Amino acid sequence: MANQQPNSENPRIDIEYRRKKSTEEMRYQIISFTLMIFLTLVAFFAVGYDGFSGWFTVPFIILLAVIQVIFQLYYFMHMSHKGHEAPALFLYSGVLVGAITLLAFLTIIWW
Amino acid sequence: MSTYAQKQGFGATIWDYLTTVDHKKIAILYLIAGGFFFIVGGLEAMFIRIQLAVPNNDFVSAGLYNEILTMHGTTMIFLAAMPLIFAFMNAVMPLQIGARDVAFPFLNSLGFWLFFFGGVFLNLSWFLGGAPDAGWTSYASLSIASEGHGVDFYALGLQISGAGTLIGGINFLVTIINMRAPGMTYMRMPLFTWSTFVVSALILFAFPPLTVGLFLLIFDRMFGGNFFDHTMGGNTIIWEHMFWIFGHPEVYILILPAFGIFSEIFATFSRKRLFGYSSMVFATVLIGFLGFMVWAHHMFTTGLGPIANSIFAVATMAIAVPTGIKIFNWMFTMWGGSIKFTTPMLWAVAFIPSFVAGGVTGVMLAVAAADYQYHDTYFVVAHFHYVIVGGVVFALFAGAHFYWPKMFGTMLNEFLGKITFWLFLIGFHLTFFIQHFLGLMGMQRRIVSFLPGQGFETGNLISTVGAFFMAVATIILLINIIMTTVKNERVGNDPWGDGRTLEWALPSPPPFYNFKQLPLVRGLDAYWLEKMEGKKGMTPAEPLGDIHMPNNSFIPFVISLGLFVAAFGAMYRAETAWGIPVLIIGLLITLGSMAMRSIKDDHGYHIHKEDLMDDDDNKGVKA
Amino acid sequence: MQAEEKFTAETWPTAPERATLEGKNKFLGFWLFLGGETVLFASLFATYLALKDKVPNAEHTLAKDLFDLPLVFAATMLLLTSSLTSVYAMHHMKNFNFKKMQLWLGVTVLLGAAFLGLEIYEFNHYVHEYHHTFTSSAFGTAFYTLVGFHGGHVAFGLLWIVTLMIRNSKRGLNLYNAPKFYVASLYWHFIDVVWVFIFTVVYLMGMVG
Repeated sequence: MANQQPNSENPRIDIEYRRKKSTEEMRYQIISFTLMIFLTLVAFFAVGYDGFSGWFTVPFIILLAVIQVIFQLYYFMHMSHKGHEAPALFLYSGVLVGAITLLAFLTIIWW
Repeated sequence: MSTYAQKQGFGATIWDYLTTVDHKKIAILYLIAGGFFFIVGGLEAMFIRIQLAVPNNDFVSAGLYNEILTMHGTTMIFLAAMPLIFAFMNAVMPLQIGARDVAFPFLNSLGFWLFFFGGVFLNLSWFLGGAPDAGWTSYASLSIASEGHGVDFYALGLQISGAGTLIGGINFLVTIINMRAPGMTYMRMPLFTWSTFVVSALILFAFPPLTVGLFLLIFDRMFGGNFFDHTMGGNTIIWEHMFWIFGHPEVYILILPAFGIFSEIFATFSRKRLFGYSSMVFATVLIGFLGFMVWAHHMFTTGLGPIANSIFAVATMAIAVPTGIKIFNWMFTMWGGSIKFTTPMLWAVAFIPSFVAGGVTGVMLAVAAADYQYHDTYFVVAHFHYVIVGGVVFALFAGAHFYWPKMFGTMLNEFLGKITFWLFLIGFHLTFFIQHFLGLMGMQRRIVSFLPGQGFETGNLISTVGAFFMAVATIILLINIIMTTVKNERVGNDPWGDGRTLEWALPSPPPFYNFKQLPLVRGLDAYWLEKMEGKKGMTPAEPLGDIHMPNNSFIPFVISLGLFVAAFGAMYRAETAWGIPVLIIGLLITLGSMAMRSIKDDHGYHIHKEDLMDDDDNKGVKA
Repeated sequence: MQAEEKFTAETWPTAPERATLEGKNKFLGFWLFLGGETVLFASLFATYLALKDKVPNAEHTLAKDLFDLPLVFAATMLLLTSSLTSVYAMHHMKNFNFKKMQLWLGVTVLLGAAFLGLEIYEFNHYVHEYHHTFTSSAFGTAFYTLVGFHGGHVAFGLLWIVTLMIRNSKRGLNLYNAPKFYVASLYWHFIDVVWVFIFTVVYLMGMVG
């Protein structure tokens, strides 16, 4: 099985290695959390600030949301790990179908 | 050990089926329930044809006619075709990939019971103040205006059974991705398994829009919402989009498994490898993908504008390409093969011209400008009956004959099978071919009667006569089933003699654990490969060992029952005092049984190696 | 590997959620479900966008006068933080530290409950101050449906996590319940993903006009 623990003679060393890996991962997660908070703040400020027009603000905050969600998916939900090929395929297929639906509702419902 | 196969009393058998999590038994449940609704939907079709047999007929009133035609469409699509397809998927797919069970046996059972209770709920409308009468598409302006509870039955019933279908789809996907036998790569999977895979993905993405659409309808009708009420700022077109974003993939959900069944049948009875296997897989995936890009071709006349209409028209026509690839591959499979015209093969051969006729009218309808002429006429009725009956129903009949021995261990009578086939084929073309012309002559869809002297008399009469042929054919099939069951002549592993895929390497019906030892798959048509090398069965991929099995459970039945009860409460909430309490009780039943499932651990049980070795049906091979 | 087997921190596998076949199936099945949920929420967003500010007469409040930025900001912070705390919980799950996992899940639940409380306050506020109700306009119906579906998901997630915590409080971690905790946390992150789009598309874009 691909996800079993690494075969090491000494379980002690093994666990130290794993602890180190997972602390490292935790650090990435803290960084991405900080970035997510930062992106949220930027989005709220962009809306609160009167100097930008809607033509700038709307695409800008949507971009920020997309970036934030990518952090959420790849770091918090571990999509960056191995064994997430099928989840990624189906998630992106869902995103595609959803995007087409949104596009249609924004463009061809006008009455 | 034979304790697993003891003779049971009638009550014990019923209890076994109520609690079963075995995919083969769930398949039988789907077959029975789907078959029942198929007959109900068929009776409704007969009433429609009797009403339209002669001009100015008053066999049924106009209001009742609306209910009948709505229920005919809804029943046939959601409660007959889908579950019957699920029956074959459940019965065959896990065997074809060499799995002992599906990934989520408990959810598999839950999926069935949700569908069943949803279907029963919908049909109870006949006895509780009238069935839905806004057409199977239930377009919002009409369904909001519809009086009584008919459309509420539609929305709530489909919501419940739709949840079951979604669960089933996820279950099949995980099974195929995670549980294939050693050596069963994706490109060695039989075509029926491939189509199950693609269809399950379509279910996963197409049913949520239906869920949302039905919620919007429920909110508008029962909870004072304004989604479709233009006086409050709502927009009725939203329902049409939501319905067809679901509805168009839905027709591919129906037809792709049919393609899968026919692919198996063509290869088996031509005794040749399926021609162009990889292009068949590619075409299946492509049809599934394009299925999401074309929904608005149902809405050309709503005024989407020329640009949207053109895009959707072109996308629709593009689907003809992968479909054409499939048609040619089937013909090339037969070409040069040593063909045996068994009953399933007859259906398969007849399917090609029938379905192509439906495909051609489909391309005609895809021409947006021309569609303004065809829209809502009998031309459309003829078109979709050619693809759905000529494709899906033919496949269901073919599959029933083909897989009957695998599901029940006994062969349907070939002679009666061929009579069914010929009567149905003739009846089908009599009924629907003429409807193309009725439509072109201006006969509208969904009308309750027509006037004399407009040239519709002969066509409609012929159409009705054809419907009776199909009814007789179905009755003969039922007689065949009863006779076969009573005679009960047992057959061996490979009763057709030409089985190619793994399911035919197993006894008929297979033992409840399917494979004593998981098979080693060495190529496409795994069983055929072994037979050609003179071997009797599959080479095992593992030594004989304990087999882990899930426990039976009554909880899926109770969860579904709770929603069924809650739906009544939701519907009568406004006008009766007991509505709200019933709604709450129903939800409590559901949530309580879900909590029980999660609180009580269920680790399943093991069949021990020694018991397996004693099983004398097939001796375990020591690897 | 047996689901009931007892483990120590040394023998605990690196990916406990996927160490058994049942776990693998749960993991994949749940991701697929999230794929379907994506389409579900996309459909709700599409409906909302099509009906945004669609009201029967000029007396109705529109999005740009309705929303209150500080309140939404507070709700967003609560939910984002709860996402981080559930990551902490999974971190401890992978290190076979059951106590700390329960602790962080508990924090997650508290944050989620606070979010839900704010949402209820917010809805109440709209109804009483602005007469913006579910039945007052198509805009109202679409707004409460979209945001309410999300709120319903939050409530269900809370119920789910609490049930899991209580059920396993005496038993500690094993390969039978590790996948359950893992998918519950995936669900919680997904709720957060949806909220990112809700605060952007509904609230912030609503403020822009």
